Amino acid sequence: MATLNLLQAVNDALFTEMRRDERVVVFGEDVARAGGVFRTTDGLLKEFGEARVFDTPLAESGIIGIGVGMALYGLRPVAEIQFLDFIYPGFDQIVNEAAKMRYRSGGQFTCPMVIRAPYGGGIRGGHYHSQSTEAYFAHTSGLKVVIPSTPADAKGLLAASIRDPDPVIFLEPKHLYRSARGEVPEGEHVEPLGRARLVRRGEHVTLVAWGAMVPVCERSAEEAATEGVQVEVLDLRSLVPLDVDALLASVARTGRLVVVHEAARTAGFGAEVSALVAERAIEYLEAPIYRVTGYDTPFPFALENDYLPTPARVLDAVRQAVRY
Amino acid sequence: MVRVLDERGELDPASPPAPPDSELRYFYLWMLTVRTIDGRMMHLQRQGRIAFYGPITGQEATVVGSVAALGPQDWVFPALREYPAALMRGMPLSHLVHQCYGTALDVVRGRQMPCHYSSPAAHYVAMSSCIGTQVPHAVGAAMAARIRGEDTVAMAYMGDGATSEPDVHAALNFAGVYRAPVVLFCQNNGWAITVPVERQTAASRLVERAEAYGMPGVRVDGNDVLAVHRVTLQAVERARSGGGPTFIEAVTYRMLGHTTSDDPSRYRDPAEVEAWRGRDPLLRMRRFLEARGLWGDEEEAALLARVQAALNAAIEAAEAAPRPPLESLFDDVYAEPTPELERQLAEARGAGSREGAHG
Ligand SMILES: Cc1ncc(C[n+]2csc(CCOP(=O)(O)OP(=O)(O)O)c2C)c(N)n1
Ligand SMILES: [Mg+2]
Repeated sequence: MATLNLLQAVNDALFTEMRRDERVVVFGEDVARAGGVFRTTDGLLKEFGEARVFDTPLAESGIIGIGVGMALYGLRPVAEIQFLDFIYPGFDQIVNEAAKMRYRSGGQFTCPMVIRAPYGGGIRGGHYHSQSTEAYFAHTSGLKVVIPSTPADAKGLLAASIRDPDPVIFLEPKHLYRSARGEVPEGEHVEPLGRARLVRRGEHVTLVAWGAMVPVCERSAEEAATEGVQVEVLDLRSLVPLDVDALLASVARTGRLVVVHEAARTAGFGAEVSALVAERAIEYLEAPIYRVTGYDTPFPFALENDYLPTPARVLDAVRQAVRY
Repeated sequence: MVRVLDERGELDPASPPAPPDSELRYFYLWMLTVRTIDGRMMHLQRQGRIAFYGPITGQEATVVGSVAALGPQDWVFPALREYPAALMRGMPLSHLVHQCYGTALDVVRGRQMPCHYSSPAAHYVAMSSCIGTQVPHAVGAAMAARIRGEDTVAMAYMGDGATSEPDVHAALNFAGVYRAPVVLFCQNNGWAITVPVERQTAASRLVERAEAYGMPGVRVDGNDVLAVHRVTLQAVERARSGGGPTFIEAVTYRMLGHTTSDDPSRYRDPAEVEAWRGRDPLLRMRRFLEARGLWGDEEEAALLARVQAALNAAIEAAEAAPRPPLESLFDDVYAEPTPELERQLAEARGAGSREGAHG
């Protein structure tokens, strides 16, 4: 075990998987010579050379489009989009091409690629360096959507994403790049996709979150404990495939659900989580389902901390659920 | 490459006569103003007083020379490095400073990162961080002006990196097909963050795009304000008189980091930076003006003092200003807030959010 931050864990996963499988190639804007604007790809060029690690022109549709072609031809492309906010010139290639290749060819052609992108707020980045739009991707059949919240998961889930036979949108909570630190297994480490992580056990309320909202929920849970409320925190880790069993089992234990995400509330992934619980576990619910989310506004600059769910806002919802 | 002033500040004898003295001074005054603003704002960022800054140091001549070629009715669609257009066309310095601080007095209400200005009075359209997206907007605005029978010209700025984006290809193509009254102005500063321009295109020069899209193209020394001004003036006149679009590649250099988040020493050869230091656009113009007796140490000191005093006042006001009210988070999403937004505002007012806002 080594103690790494989340950024280093991503880097470690890329090194490990590139050493293990020479089909893995890494490319994007500023990834090679500079090692990425956040340094997640630092050192890869030196070890693996320009054929496998390269800087691209400034064009996301090109980055994702060539990734699809490389995947078709047998490579394991890992494309970096510098910020999730800038993925949209490549949206067509994701939604209509990568996501549908297997289906539209009757399984004859596939697209095993990973698109990595830092996402989320907390870095004073305003509209265009802060958004959490995981729901767009989760809404597209054929894509997997994976979001780690710890260094160990960043490594294990990225490795699993690279080895996965289908296209994966791998979202990295940039707010946690340096602040999340933890033990990370050395060498190969694979964390299967589609399994939630029980962060903390508690009997009164289930908090469901992913990415940078997981530590926010943990802080609320600690605070709630001082008030005698035992909060269970479930980190979904992948939205697609979703660990519905873990979600339902937790709600069955606690009888109360609060879903927390950074994204705007309307049609956010919290709506899906809520609907699943309402459909399949309503008999366990002792309170309404609560959502603590970003508001239905663009992501702001000066009022970022009002927009983002805070431990205090989450705690409000926990108290409401308990008092209901 | 079109050039009028050489690096020693001497006029090419073959070139047409220089603009009038007042205009020459105007160019230099703005270049020096902008460099001073950049220096001060960079310093504020390093002190942690503003969150971010994107300097244009080294590129003053491309912006000032090209903006000066526009008429008051014309519209500017900027990228990151064209804020002088807003100031030269009337946006007060205080707006710039309030924007960088994101205060309640910021006209865009603290919603955007620093350097994302917006000024309808200056016909300077609110900037997006998304590279290249403004270029088709400029083409559309130019087409709209023609549809409305007005002689407005739209000016689209973009970086060298931006020329790789599909939006920019579409914009150039539409501009050519519709012969839109637009100037497509590329500031080729050699770099797109850490990626050199050679990685953006295998063509030897960006200006070759022009021919591919069926429009005139011109490559100009971007550190020569007189040359930039001259070629832009020609392009604007062509557009205004129904002659269609022009693509301009201004060859310049980003002297500092991409933004305050970047350390260029990690990926640039110091010799390259030094070579460009010798081509400083201000130095060149200053020499030219001095030789003609149009500028001297006294004027320089007076201008610097004036700009610093204006900055001091604006910074003091911004630092004393409150942050935007919570309500401003919910305004302007739509013309009329949806019922759900109103409900969310009420929720936000009551939430732990306000107490948690700083913790
Ligand atoms: C669509 C999009 N992709 C990526 C980015 C990240 N990014 C910001 S500036 C930049 C480089 C821009 O280079 P260039 O167009 O040459 O302009 P310059 O910064 O040199 O003025 C990149 C890649 C972005 N803002 N938007
Ligand atoms: Mg550039």
